[in-house]
Amino acid sequence: MADPSGPPAGRGSWRSLWRLRSYLRPYVPALVVSWVAALLGIAAGTVIPLVGKEIVDGPVTHGDRGALLPLGLLALGLGVSEAVLIFVRRWSQTGPVLGLETAIRDDLYRHLQRLPMSFHGEWQSGQLLSRATTDLSTIRRFLGFGVLFLIMNILQLAAVTVVLLRMYWPLGLLVAASAAPVVALSLRFERRYIRISRTVQDQQGDLATLAEEAAVGIRTVKAFGRRAHVYDGFDRTARDIHRTSLEKVRLASRFFTFLEVVPNVTLAMVLLLGAVAVGAGALTLGTLVAFTTLVLQLVWPVASLGYILAMGQEAMSSADRVVEVLGTVPDIVGGSAVIPRPRGHVRFEGAGFRFPGAERPVLRDVWLEVRPGETVAVVGATGSGKTTLTALVPRLCDVTDGRVTIDGHDVRDLSLTSLRSVVATAFEEPTLFSMSVRENLALGHRDAGDAEIREALEIAQATFAYDLPWGLDTRIGEQGMSLSGGQRQRLALARAILGKPRVLVLDDTLSALDVETEALVEEALRRVLADATGLVVAHRASTVLLADRVALLRDGTVSHVGRHADLLSEVPEYRALLAQDADLDPEQAVR
Amino acid sequence: MSDSWRGVAAENRDDLSESVSLLLRARSRRLLAGLLRPHRRAIAVLTAVIVVSNAAGLAMPYLVKTGIDSGIPPMARGEGPGLALTIVGLVLLAALTQALTRQAFLYMAGRIGQDVLLELRRRVFDHFQRLSLSFHEKYTSGRVISRLTSDVEAIAELLDSGFDGLVTAVLTLCGTAVMLLVLDVHLGLVALVPLPVLMLFTRWFRRESSAAYRRTREAVALVIVHFVESMTGIRAVQAFRREPRNQEIFQRLNADYRDANTRGSRLVAVFMPGIKLIGNVTVAAVLLYGGWLALRGEVTVGVLAAFLLYLRQFYEPMQEISQFYNALQSAGAALEKLSGVLEERPGVPEPARPVPLPRAAGGLRFERVEFAYGAGPPVLPAFDLEIPAGQTVAVVGTTGAGKTTLAKLIARFYDPVAGRVLLDGVDLRDLDEATLRRHVVMVTQENFLFSGTVEDNVRFGRPDAPMAAVAEAAEAIGAHGYIASLPQGYGTQVGKRGGRMSAGQRQLVAFARAFLADPAVLILDEATSSLDVPSERLVQRALRTVLADRTALIIAHRLSTVEIADRVLVMEGGRVVEDGPPDRLIAGSGRFARLHRAWLDSLA
Repeated sequence: MADPSGPPAGRGSWRSLWRLRSYLRPYVPALVVSWVAALLGIAAGTVIPLVGKEIVDGPVTHGDRGALLPLGLLALGLGVSEAVLIFVRRWSQTGPVLGLETAIRDDLYRHLQRLPMSFHGEWQSGQLLSRATTDLSTIRRFLGFGVLFLIMNILQLAAVTVVLLRMYWPLGLLVAASAAPVVALSLRFERRYIRISRTVQDQQGDLATLAEEAAVGIRTVKAFGRRAHVYDGFDRTARDIHRTSLEKVRLASRFFTFLEVVPNVTLAMVLLLGAVAVGAGALTLGTLVAFTTLVLQLVWPVASLGYILAMGQEAMSSADRVVEVLGTVPDIVGGSAVIPRPRGHVRFEGAGFRFPGAERPVLRDVWLEVRPGETVAVVGATGSGKTTLTALVPRLCDVTDGRVTIDGHDVRDLSLTSLRSVVATAFEEPTLFSMSVRENLALGHRDAGDAEIREALEIAQATFAYDLPWGLDTRIGEQGMSLSGGQRQRLALARAILGKPRVLVLDDTLSALDVETEALVEEALRRVLADATGLVVAHRASTVLLADRVALLRDGTVSHVGRHADLLSEVPEYRALLAQDADLDPEQAVR
Repeated sequence: MSDSWRGVAAENRDDLSESVSLLLRARSRRLLAGLLRPHRRAIAVLTAVIVVSNAAGLAMPYLVKTGIDSGIPPMARGEGPGLALTIVGLVLLAALTQALTRQAFLYMAGRIGQDVLLELRRRVFDHFQRLSLSFHEKYTSGRVISRLTSDVEAIAELLDSGFDGLVTAVLTLCGTAVMLLVLDVHLGLVALVPLPVLMLFTRWFRRESSAAYRRTREAVALVIVHFVESMTGIRAVQAFRREPRNQEIFQRLNADYRDANTRGSRLVAVFMPGIKLIGNVTVAAVLLYGGWLALRGEVTVGVLAAFLLYLRQFYEPMQEISQFYNALQSAGAALEKLSGVLEERPGVPEPARPVPLPRAAGGLRFERVEFAYGAGPPVLPAFDLEIPAGQTVAVVGTTGAGKTTLAKLIARFYDPVAGRVLLDGVDLRDLDEATLRRHVVMVTQENFLFSGTVEDNVRFGRPDAPMAAVAEAAEAIGAHGYIASLPQGYGTQVGKRGGRMSAGQRQLVAFARAFLADPAVLILDEATSSLDVPSERLVQRALRTVLADRTALIIAHRLSTVEIADRVLVMEGGRVVEDGPPDRLIAGSGRFARLHRAWLDSLA
């Protein structure tokens, strides 16, 4: 699945990445240590071959026994120092690098929790996840290692080239000249490689979707005997992956081979020219030995330069994607007003709602009053905007016209905490998290006591929770015990009534219950709704009976408000919606 | 703060196998051998290629030595560069050979790897689809998905990055050791003295890093689950002011992940310089001892140079092994899980000799059927039932009465523990899958939609159906008007798992799908529960005509469905307690009559 909102690879700018630099600020001392260690490490690594040269040219060639031991010990000392410096660099880098990633992820999560439903409706959680994981690791790798190696490699390249030039300039020039095309070519390879890796990732995403559908929809597949059909779809995508992966393999095999050929060819040339030079007496043997070692030392910095540059481009586009989310301004933010003693008087005053860019509004000019303690049922055909209407009260979405008030306060003036502690909702699709039952019930209501929880569970007919293997500590949700649809809905109901909210919104909460359980839950709900203000979305007559009055939604607005019995006899459309079998079976009506 | 918020769950079997050592168990080995067998020849060629490639690589320092020792002196004596040129030519030849063979190796190995992956994906997917529902209910879809995605990708990862590294490292290690000894035994032995230290150090690292790696994986899994669930459930999160608590939990999980990562990266921070240290100490020792030997004329300068080059080749691949272990470990664990799945046998096997049944009338019979889920209590004890072809039967009863079990046995999602279920006198176990599914179709309240268009989803019932038939099926159940009103009509994308449609709309599509399949026996398990009243009425009106000439079993909580049935079965505790035409039962004084009155009351 290509990510439509992300910029293509290699098109990132430094700006987003630069914006994230502040996350490194707490780690400046550790970073300084690691950079100093890195510099010294390179110096030590470069000097070791030179010691080798001295050994060959001094003691070995001239029989200078006395100089051998000090030089050997020097090589040992330098070797140990290099290792220690690498250790210091890596060790001190760990904190900043992982700290950066963790801090950005925390902030990303915090920000996402503040962004409204309209944002989350457009973004799949998978896209958000890839920003919080893949993109952040890319940024971490680049800011942590990439930048360091970029500078270090250039320094090492420069240092070694200078040393080589000073030793014997024609050879030095040859080695330096071979570096440039390698960097350029490897950068080009890396870009293509990243592009093709992305394609493979996308295809793997497609395959994952197919695997997921086949697994979740296994009953449907089996019920229709469509194994072959589903397999064909999977096989097609699997073969696509196979094809792209082969292309990737081919590219990689050429690229990595190229990386190995270049130093070897350079080595051959060095050897040839070096041999000629030694033969002509322009070069000592020791220098030639040091030369070959140093040339090999350049392989990694040269080859990795292209890799690091490509990594930098990738990090830039990752940073763009992260900053895109972090930079989205939440358009539902709370006001400052607080209702000290809420009564739960809800009024829709000419409320309207229109999706951005949509032609027709979902709701228009809705006037509805729900007095404290009263329960109003909202009835309407599928797609008439019932759920949207209920979402306006806790500001899961905001009116685009008119206003909604609670106890005379525009909901937009209230602080979100205050508003959402006054209003609680039980949704049509109960969302359970992979946590303990207790945590699922309490959610934001942290100080809920055992007695309160028991009361809520009893009212919602959900005391089965106590009989789960570990009682209220049993983990439920995707990663835990699976519950039936009815059990899930009763828990969602218990969650909503925990803490006795003044305004209770029930969005067709009872649809998955069997007749007997539904009757029990309704009886209990009647008690809760007796002293709370209720807004109940209803599909069935039995649910409507919970309410004192009914509002009929039609063409996006409230067309009728009244008592169930009155609407039933006076409004034909209402009768069509709710009176089951009204015209299906005339004999039935008689009986 | 403790972890109590997560709650307690049964230990996940998947976690256990991760601790299984790298030594693959027998079944993993069997799977691997089976997957590689078709590539025997290619692997033989591959082995030859990699040996040549490594020989060429190993020749290079040796040629450098020859060049220094034998090529330069003649030139210094003014005898011309003949030998030196030959040696440089050989170096170039070796470089070229290495390049070509290496490229061939990388490509061939990659190709074999990808072929194996493709085969593995196909096999596992197909096997999952063959396994019975009882397996899927235990195994859960989440684990099926991770077998097919992250586990296969773990193996791909190994093939991508690790495999080549391992082969090259092992060959280089052995080859280099031999060359060192060949060049000079004494100096070679000195250079190889650190080898045992190196091995012990590597073993320590392997153990520590596999523990750290496992911890990291567990930590990141928790971060991901919490993140995804918070985002998919954001409506509940915001409505119930869950944000601060969520943030607290997330930051702690995130910090755990950081700590696990820190441990892993500190291990590498010790391991990599450690290898470097051993390497550098060896280089110093070789310089010192080799220098002394050279001083006494026992080795040449060329040998010394070659030693330094070989030692580089020796220690460089060791550095990369640190990354390779993780890949190897997770691939081993993945293979273990995949082979476990592939050894599962379907609980509902295909018959060895299927009985042909080209046309079915739709008569159903249960003969002394007993059934229980796993080792659980019996759900159906010695159940007998006869449903004549063409009859519409409604089954009512409380949750757990065995209604759905009845349906699942007819659809052969399960096989009875004892007794048999017959379709037109043929035991269901004697029908092959294609035949059975052509005659028996079940619609549940789940009504799963696959991503794609509405048309694709209806056509799932009969993939070769022409568009006209698709529209006709939708028309028959009264969904045509609704579908036609969608932005792109039948071509409208339904979104992930039908996410852009309401439960009722999804159910209508699922209905159309079942009618398009046109089976002799249709089972509706709570299939109208999500419809609003007008839609349900339309569906029921359609059902009357559609069910006229076929056998139907309808399970419903809402008694409105019962009106269209020829016969009602009231079930309780796995037995039929009332059986008869709806009118007669309603007129009586049994359970059904009571239920029916309660339902009528609820309609006001």
